[in-house]
Amino acid sequence: MDAILLIDFGSTYTKLTAVDIENEEIIGTSKDLTTVEDDIMIGFNNAFNKLMENIKDKDINFIEKLACSSAAGGLKMIAIGLVPELTAEAAKRAALGAGARILGVYSYELSKGEIEEIISKKPDIILLAGGTDGGNKDCIIHNANLIAKHIKNVPVVVAGNKNARDEIEDIFKAEGIYYKATENVMPRLNAINVEPAREVIREIFMEKIIEAKGMKKAEIFINGILMPTPAAVLKAARILADGTDKEEGIGELIVIDIGGATTDVHSIAKGEPSKPGVTLRGLQEPYAKRTVEGDLGMRVSAVSLFEAAGTRRIKKFVPGTQFDVEERCKFLQRNVNVVPKTINEIEFDEALGMVATEMAMERHVGVIESVYTPMGIIYSQVGKDLLNIRYLIGTGGVLVHSSNPKKILSAGIFSMESPNFLKPLNPEILIDRTYILSAMGLLSEKYPDKAVRIMKKYMVKM
Amino acid sequence: MNKTIVLGVIGADCHAVGNKILEHAFSQAGFNVINIGVLSPQEDFINAAIETNASAILVSSLYGHGEIDCRGLREKCDEAGLKDIILYVGGNLVVGKQDWKSVEQRFKDMGFNRVYPPGTSPQSAIEDLKHDLGIES
Repeated sequence: MDAILLIDFGSTYTKLTAVDIENEEIIGTSKDLTTVEDDIMIGFNNAFNKLMENIKDKDINFIEKLACSSAAGGLKMIAIGLVPELTAEAAKRAALGAGARILGVYSYELSKGEIEEIISKKPDIILLAGGTDGGNKDCIIHNANLIAKHIKNVPVVVAGNKNARDEIEDIFKAEGIYYKATENVMPRLNAINVEPAREVIREIFMEKIIEAKGMKKAEIFINGILMPTPAAVLKAARILADGTDKEEGIGELIVIDIGGATTDVHSIAKGEPSKPGVTLRGLQEPYAKRTVEGDLGMRVSAVSLFEAAGTRRIKKFVPGTQFDVEERCKFLQRNVNVVPKTINEIEFDEALGMVATEMAMERHVGVIESVYTPMGIIYSQVGKDLLNIRYLIGTGGVLVHSSNPKKILSAGIFSMESPNFLKPLNPEILIDRTYILSAMGLLSEKYPDKAVRIMKKYMVKM
Repeated sequence: MNKTIVLGVIGADCHAVGNKILEHAFSQAGFNVINIGVLSPQEDFINAAIETNASAILVSSLYGHGEIDCRGLREKCDEAGLKDIILYVGGNLVVGKQDWKSVEQRFKDMGFNRVYPPGTSPQSAIEDLKHDLGIES
């Protein structure tokens, strides 16, 4: 049987998914600890052996092996722009959509101190933006000069004012900086253009970052590490929503991924106001938007989740818990491999998942504000209106292993307690039970129709 | 010429029609118009001017609270490094029937280069702006 092997070199686990390409079925999945310190292939081989045991009676010929990776810290980026709310924010969104972890966002002309700070954070890529096309050039050129002088060995993506590009290229060429130039992340004021920058970031990821993370060996056995894992998830979400030329998608959706360290929210939606008379303000939102909450996680970030939410907000979801909330969060952060067993432990974990869902959604969706004017109340909206989204899809350990994923995800639904947040009113809830979203993002690179059909088949309705 | 200008309606004012007319008129006159629309706080005007390297900021206010909304704009522009940027304001800037001369003087004291009463035709502001920017018409 011809099959495709999809590999996710995760930060903790290397996960494999084997797909029967003819019948569009998942033949098997497996996982083992990622072994990036020694040799990434050890963990891969362990997982591969497990996979083959699971499916031993079948004669399988893997015609393709594709991978994504968030191993060794994933893709770490610095975003630089001019005004914090404008090009710096656009640069940050482009980097997030490319699957990066953001180490810092910088604006205006960089100082020497900031340059040193950037160096100490050890980014994999720097995204340099600033100025609309035809707008301010001085700032981005100043910053390019400083980078060229002081940061020699970090690849730079130039995605700022097009009128500054020639000069920046001269500066970088003279200093031997590895860079790629692409379209402006904000060509016109408040209009965002993140796709070209995302694409270039992915190219550099494939050319340079894989090697730097000690994964070159893996590339010999597989056909390529195509993208960072979060980018694969975003890609899967997008193709599931939009469909392909031949296969219809399911429409606008949100994917929420609750992990040990972060909670990611992806929305594939235009997010225009659903009610008349609402004025949109601020930066345009990307159609495929990803936000990452580094302080909301089930294990590595359990304490910061506690700090962000507080005891009462967590207790709202487990009123009668016998745990001391703070102590339990500290315990979970120290023991990241803990699997809850008793009802009490399970309920507490579910409550953390609900808090993470609620807060991550509040930070992702748009907010509506009423403004009192001499003409009466008017409404202004900043961000995406996701009230009428049809699907809310959950993925991540706590959801996949929970007997009650619908309860956890319901914390992400619109609530009259906080009606300003434009969260979905009445979405259908789906769960990525087989944990295939990132794998399908990879598969969609070459087999988009099949990826859409498999996702439609394997997303479980709650 | 292609000079960039930032245009918008300040404060909690949501009068959109005049804003569109001004955008059209100034674009026709050859300006590169960055229209930030209605309900715009001072910061949005300033941020837009920084990113786009604008030569002038044109503030509209129709609902009578222009004086409160515009206070401090020049100082904030100075703070943001928009040195000597041209600031115009126009519309129903104050409540009730007040003597225009004193209104104009108040806004000039706040740092606006030109102040326009209700009913000004866009053409006169266009001519003024060309003059102030040293553009041959």
